[in-house]
Amino acid sequence: MHSQTTGHAVSRSRAATVEFDHVTKHYDSVQNRRGAAGAVDDLSFTVPAGKICVLVGPSGCGKTTSLKMVNRLIEPTSGRIRIDSVDISTRERTELRRGIGYVIQQVGLFPHQTIEENVATVPRLLGWQTARRRERAHELLALIGLDPAKYARRYPAQLSGGERQRVGVARALAADPPIMLMDEPFGAVDPIVRERLQNEFLRLQEDLAKTILFVTHDIDEAIKMGDLVAVLEVGGKLAQFGPPEEMLANPASDFVARFVGTDRGLKLLSLFRVGHLPMAEFPTVRVGDDAGTARRRSRTHAFPYELLVDDGRRPIGWIPDKAIPEEGALTADQAVPMSPRLDRRTTLKDALSLLLDANVQAGVVVDRHGALVGVVTVDEIAAWMRQRNASLGETIEGRDGTGASAEGGTEDRRAGPHGVDAHPAPAAADSP
Amino acid sequence: MNDKPFIDWGWVSRHLDDVAELIGQHLQLTAIPVAIGFLIALVLATWATRHRRWIGPITAFTGLLYTVPSLAAFALLIPITGLSLLTAIIPLTTYTLLILVRNIVAGFESVPADVLEAAEGMGYTSRQRLWRIELPLAVPLMIAGLRLAVVTTIGLATVAAIIGDQFGGLGQFITEGLQTSFPTKIYLGAGLSLALAFVADFLFIRLERLITPWSRSRAGGR
Repeated sequence: MHSQTTGHAVSRSRAATVEFDHVTKHYDSVQNRRGAAGAVDDLSFTVPAGKICVLVGPSGCGKTTSLKMVNRLIEPTSGRIRIDSVDISTRERTELRRGIGYVIQQVGLFPHQTIEENVATVPRLLGWQTARRRERAHELLALIGLDPAKYARRYPAQLSGGERQRVGVARALAADPPIMLMDEPFGAVDPIVRERLQNEFLRLQEDLAKTILFVTHDIDEAIKMGDLVAVLEVGGKLAQFGPPEEMLANPASDFVARFVGTDRGLKLLSLFRVGHLPMAEFPTVRVGDDAGTARRRSRTHAFPYELLVDDGRRPIGWIPDKAIPEEGALTADQAVPMSPRLDRRTTLKDALSLLLDANVQAGVVVDRHGALVGVVTVDEIAAWMRQRNASLGETIEGRDGTGASAEGGTEDRRAGPHGVDAHPAPAAADSP
Repeated sequence: MNDKPFIDWGWVSRHLDDVAELIGQHLQLTAIPVAIGFLIALVLATWATRHRRWIGPITAFTGLLYTVPSLAAFALLIPITGLSLLTAIIPLTTYTLLILVRNIVAGFESVPADVLEAAEGMGYTSRQRLWRIELPLAVPLMIAGLRLAVVTTIGLATVAAIIGDQFGGLGQFITEGLQTSFPTKIYLGAGLSLALAFVADFLFIRLERLITPWSRSRAGGR
C-alpha cells in the first residue's frame, strides 16, 4: 500500500465510509470495577472508503471500545456511527456483523472446526451453498499463502501462531465485507512473524482496498499500517487525527509528541521506501567486458569501484578500480559482493539500517527478477529526507489556511517513485 | 463356606437366563436416570451459564439432593409412587444432577472467551452460538461428567433391589445371596456390577474420541 500498486488487475471490491459522529461511551462505576473497557469521549472522525485508519493510544484509552461500537458489540451512550451514511443503530445486529470482517488478537478460531470450516464461517451464516463455501475458503487460503490441499482439513491446534493469525484474516474476508475491524490482529505473534504478517496484509490491502479500522497500542505499527492515524488519550479523547506523516512532523499536543516518541525523524524514515528515492542510471561493467576498456571508463567517474553485473543485469559485486586487470575479460570472481541488496519496497529505515550493518555506503537496488535498478547511498537517503521534511513542514504549516495541500502531501507518498520531484545530484562516496 | 468353592460355576451356568435378565434390568436402572438427569442438567447448566447468579443456588440444590440417603429416599417415595420402577428412578436421577450440572457448567466455562467473542462479532445469534460452538466445545467435560454419573449410578442401582424384583437389577443377586447365605450370588452381583461400570467407562472414552476429532489431532500437529 505504501509503494506502487502491483501491476496485475484485481477487481476492486466494495468499501464503505465509516463515520463517528460525537460518539460517547460512559461506564458506570459497577462496570468499571468488573474491568470494562475504556470510556470514549465525544469521538468524531471519518474514515474514507478503502483506507486503513489505525486507532492507537495507551491502554484504557477506549480504542477497543470504539472498534466494538462499530459492530455493536458495545452500544454507545450517545452519538451516532454511520456506515455509508446509514446509522448502524437502525440495523439488525447479526445482519450488521455478518457484513463486517472481525479479527481479534487471540484470533478466536473455532477449535472444533477445520480450517476450511473456520474460514467459511460467515458464508455459512449467510446460507451459501456448500460447494460455493468450499471454493471461497480454498480461494482465501491460497490468497493468504496457505496451501488449501495441505491446510483445509487441519484443525487450528495443528497450526503455528502465525498461520492461525493468517487464517483469522482469511475468515474475516470470507464474505468480502466492505469493512474490516482488526483489534491488535498481529499482537500475539513474535516480532519477526508480526513484521511479515504486516507486510503481507498491506500487500493484500493494495488489491482489496477495504475500509479498515485497526487497533494497536504500538505506535510503530500505527505509523506503518495507517493511511490515517487516530491517537486517543486516556479518557477516550481524540488527541490527533490525520495521516501519520503529519502526526510525526507536527504533533498536535505534548501528549501526541510524547506518545510518538523522540525518534520521530527515524520513524518518518519507515514511512518511505527505496522506490521513493530518485535513482539515476548507474554505470556498470558486465562479465566478459574487456578489462582495458573498463579501466579507461573507470577514470571518467569519481567512484573508485565498478559494479559488475551478469548477462541479466543482475549485480554480482564491486571491483575496486585498482583491482581491474590490465587486459583480458572481467570475470565474476574479481568482484566482491559487499553491498546489501534492496528492492523498491524496502523502507528507508530498513535500507539505512542494512547499510550501517554492512558498514558500506551504497546498497544495490534490484527489481523482482534480480536485475539492477540503481544504487542508493547513505548520503542520498539523508539528503532526500532533509528535503522532504522541509517541504512537509511547509505543507502542514500552510494547512490551516488551505487544508487541501496537506492532502496533496499525503497522496504524494503513496504515488511511488514517480511522484518524486527533484533529483538531487548523486552523492559521491568513498566506498560502496 | 469351608469346602465349597467361592463361586459355584455350575449354578451360574444353569442360571444364565437370570443373569442376563438382571444385567438388562441393571442397565435400565442406569440408563434411564442418567439420560433424564443429563437432560435436566443440560437445561439447568445452560440457564446457569447465561444467568450466572443462578450457578450458586443450582449447585447448592443439587448438592442437597445428593446428600439424601438412598434408603431414606425410597422410603419417602414408596407412599407416593409405590413399589415401582419410578420409585427407584427418581432418587437415582437426582443423584446424577450434582455431577452433571457441575461438569456441564465447567464445560461451558471451558469455551475460550476469544472464541465466543469471535462468534458473536461475526454474527452468530446466541442460539447458533450455543448449538454450534458452546455445546460441541463443552463435550469433553460433559462426557467426563457422564462417565462419573454412569459409574456412580451403576453402583447405587444395586440398592434398588429392595424395592422390587421386577426391575431390581444385579442388586437382587446380592440381597438374595445375603438372605440365603449363598456367596455365589453375592460375588456374582458385585462382580457383574463392577464389570458393567468398567465397560461403560471404557465405552464413553471411545465415544469421546469419536465425537471430538479435533482434540485427538492435537498430538499429531504441525
